[in-house]
Amino acid sequence: MRGMHAELPVSEALAHQMGLSADEFGRIQELLGRLPTYTELGMFAVMWSEHCSYKSSRALLRQLPTTGPRVLQGPGENAGVVDIGDGLAVVFKMESHNHPSFIEPYQGAATGVGGILRDIFTMGARPIACLNALRFGQPDDPRTRHLLSGVVAGIAGYGNAFGVPTVGGDVAFEECYGSNILVNVMAVGLCRADRIFRAAARGVGNPVLYLGQRTGRDGIHGATMASAEFGTDAEQSRPAVQVGDPFVEKLLLEACLRLMARPGLVVGIQDMGAAGLTSSSVEMAARAGSGIELWLDRVPLRAPGMTPYEIMLSESQERMLLVVERGREQEAMELCREWDLEVAVIGQVTDTGRLVVYATPPGAAAQQVVADIPVQPLAEGPRCQRPQRRPVEQDALQTLNLSAVPEADPNEALLRLLASPAVADKEWVYRQYDHQVRVSTVLGPGRADAAVLRVLPPELDEDEGAAQPAPRPRSGLALTVDGNGRLCHLDPYEGTRLVVAEAYRNLCAVGAEPLAVTDCLNLASPERPEVMWQLAECVRGLADACRELGTPVVSGNVSLYNETWLPAEAGEAPRVQAIYPTPMIGMVGLLPEVEQAVGAGFPGEGYLVALLGFDDSRCELGGSEYLKIVHGLVRGRPPRLDATRERMVGQCCVALIRRGLCASAHDVSDGGLLTALAECCITGPRPVGCAVVLQRPRGIGADPLPRIDQQLFHEGPGRFVLAVPAARQAEARLLCTEHGVPLWPLGRTGGSELVVRAAEGEHQGSYREVVRLPLRRLIEAYRRGFRSMVEETPSGA
Amino acid sequence: MNVAIVRFPGSNCDDDVAHLLRRVLGASARFVWHKEHELPPCDAVVLPGGFSYGDYLRAGALAAHSPILAAVRRYAEQGAPVLGICNGFQVLCEAGLLDGALTRNAGLTFICRDVHVLVEGRPTPFTAAIPAGRLLRLPIAHADGRFVHPDVEALEAESRVVFRYVDAGGGVTEEANPNGSLHNIAGITNAAGNVLGLMPHPERAGEALLGSTDGRLLFDSLQRHLSGSLERVDP
Repeated sequence: MRGMHAELPVSEALAHQMGLSADEFGRIQELLGRLPTYTELGMFAVMWSEHCSYKSSRALLRQLPTTGPRVLQGPGENAGVVDIGDGLAVVFKMESHNHPSFIEPYQGAATGVGGILRDIFTMGARPIACLNALRFGQPDDPRTRHLLSGVVAGIAGYGNAFGVPTVGGDVAFEECYGSNILVNVMAVGLCRADRIFRAAARGVGNPVLYLGQRTGRDGIHGATMASAEFGTDAEQSRPAVQVGDPFVEKLLLEACLRLMARPGLVVGIQDMGAAGLTSSSVEMAARAGSGIELWLDRVPLRAPGMTPYEIMLSESQERMLLVVERGREQEAMELCREWDLEVAVIGQVTDTGRLVVYATPPGAAAQQVVADIPVQPLAEGPRCQRPQRRPVEQDALQTLNLSAVPEADPNEALLRLLASPAVADKEWVYRQYDHQVRVSTVLGPGRADAAVLRVLPPELDEDEGAAQPAPRPRSGLALTVDGNGRLCHLDPYEGTRLVVAEAYRNLCAVGAEPLAVTDCLNLASPERPEVMWQLAECVRGLADACRELGTPVVSGNVSLYNETWLPAEAGEAPRVQAIYPTPMIGMVGLLPEVEQAVGAGFPGEGYLVALLGFDDSRCELGGSEYLKIVHGLVRGRPPRLDATRERMVGQCCVALIRRGLCASAHDVSDGGLLTALAECCITGPRPVGCAVVLQRPRGIGADPLPRIDQQLFHEGPGRFVLAVPAARQAEARLLCTEHGVPLWPLGRTGGSELVVRAAEGEHQGSYREVVRLPLRRLIEAYRRGFRSMVEETPSGA
Repeated sequence: MNVAIVRFPGSNCDDDVAHLLRRVLGASARFVWHKEHELPPCDAVVLPGGFSYGDYLRAGALAAHSPILAAVRRYAEQGAPVLGICNGFQVLCEAGLLDGALTRNAGLTFICRDVHVLVEGRPTPFTAAIPAGRLLRLPIAHADGRFVHPDVEALEAESRVVFRYVDAGGGVTEEANPNGSLHNIAGITNAAGNVLGLMPHPERAGEALLGSTDGRLLFDSLQRHLSGSLERVDP
């Protein structure tokens, strides 16, 4: 074995440049019994990066509940799989593409979509929906508009052309994301429960097929970039960002699904994502306990003269690695060529337990071994036991002296909340996404707390084209993504539990039974003990909430090093800007009868407006949107979650919807009850007002009432605003009694104003009007909030 | 009714058209691959939406030169019904089977939402059974839907504008025009009246569950046209 020319000599310093520690470099030499080659060192560097190895988080992630009666595949594969009955399964996963999207927003976001879609169809599922969770800096940060426009256009450009509907999402703005935006994409697919494909390289002698885009020099060391904090020169990392081609991805999808439909042809399949050919081959061999031999001379290349190092580390998009049954490689390749895709046999499965890479280096006469590495340690990676420390400022953050916070006029406060970009109408975003392709979207963006899709059996095209019976089953899927970095900043454990609870509630609000979770944990550098503590608390909160709510985690992703060194200001040391700990939760639910799904907005006049949920007389404002938007405060303790009650209330809401006793449901979250009521008034089929009365909470006895702003804007969990058909109030009450969940009648829908009266004084029956606003002012604020931020672009977009 | 759906690489509404035809309307529908040189025996041809060949040159430009398009052209010349939806409309324009062109939306971004269109103009196999002046609620989803034409008055004079973007009250207003199309044009037919192209997606409005059934009217009309219960459309 000879070293590569034009490549630096291998040394500890070089290893360090590639992101490996001195210990890790030592371990590599031990494993190999010699110095690694330049190519091998690069392969170790990407495989042992935080992004690929989860070395800081892996031990923590063991706490997560990952099994359940419906779980067909938990974490460890390309995506999780859950049984939804009728012989079908739903496949889903969420992933981050944060660093590339900050450097090159369009391509970064586009390739984020491409990567997660491949994770879905490598499992044998046809993608049926995408969602995304985005975080940007302050709305008035000049970079925000540029980044937001680019990210949205990138998501739209890729998803729309590929032909997957983008049906939901979550967008929010905080200063801490200004230099490190978050772009998390969730994809969902549908497949037959008995036809799930896994990424294992089985069967000695089986050929290894390369399929898709040619390999270029793009994205080399992308995984390493994702595993380090940004310096002040982040934009110079642009060459590490890949370029996406949704057209090739679409061809790849169609070809892969057709290959997989042929019995026994595909043994294993994995996409070449982060760390490209290296990770796909190593991980497939590791899962099967086999080995792999690769012949790089046969890899389709975009540029001549690429070195083995470049080929093994390239993150060119839209590429797949397949292991097919020996003797059937011609059959497989013919099918792929029908779809005009590059395809080549580039290796074979062995039983050596080693990844052996052959190549003819530039200038050499014959093929040589350029890498020879034991598979298991390369795939497993090192483990880091990193120190944790609760930040010293955490206690101060959690103190909130409400008496020093003036009580704002609820009318003005509501209008400001509705116009704040986190709450305001996101139409500008979702209009750019095709949310209807595949004719399954029953409730799309902006209409309900969760997106609702009907389940259409995937196969249509392999038959003779005859007429078919109307689609069965009539079931539907509900999908949501949620996050709240502010709550997690104040209390990572409770904050994470609250985010899981909100996702759970969003599914219940459309009438779906929550099934399972995918997550993306976005945090700053784990090398700082305070961040490691946040990570540990987030994972503990995620594990507890998912266990308590009965929704196992079936797939996920951890994105660390989301922080940036800001340029030093005069006379000061450079300072690091770290993001809030931001776990994003994607959740999938099931509706037995999709027609039963309800939206969030009031359906019309004359409905009973009711609040479903337990009385919460604490009315805590800690971490609320109200405190942030109206008072500029990010402090206090988030409200506490009672998961047992959350589950009772959610199940009761689902039961009401399924019996037709509730015609719209909206959970109380950002901006509290008053904001929820306003949203119900203006997001239905047509705007409708309501007049409501807030009673004196029963549990409060003779204690003084909480302040009006607390009552109206606190974000305590476990509550829904419902519209109950007037003629069915008694039935609704009865059902709630059976579930042991209180239903509070608030008032009626009708008119063209939102009017709220609230109890005052110590006695029942004394009220005063606290809110009276015409709907047109609510609508104006709700529509203006987002547009005013994005629409001053020179392009006039 | 037996319909051929042309499938280009990058088509992505092909399954949706097949779903409506086969499962909702009980018709037969067969896919035809872009590399084919002949169409199978069929009563009508649909060019579905999507991004044929990636739409990297101009939307529909490469598909217009695919082998199957020569067969579609011969088929259209015989007077048989041909429907182009969204990207299919762009392909028909690029192929010269319809006049005009579809350019980047006035707002420059992709737009996905429901619109109202007015059915008007001369009868076509896909619209003859729809009462004149009927408003349809149909979804649009495109980035290149701004219809332009060097002599739009001539098109109007020949009553070849078949769908026009209007507001909910039927008014032809600027606000109702989602993409800046000349004269709010959403769909046109050829001189013979057998080839129809439109930007909205009727296949996405075929079931009450999806919010509108107005899209079915085009295929109901086709079915009646084929069964002879409509007057044949003569050039």
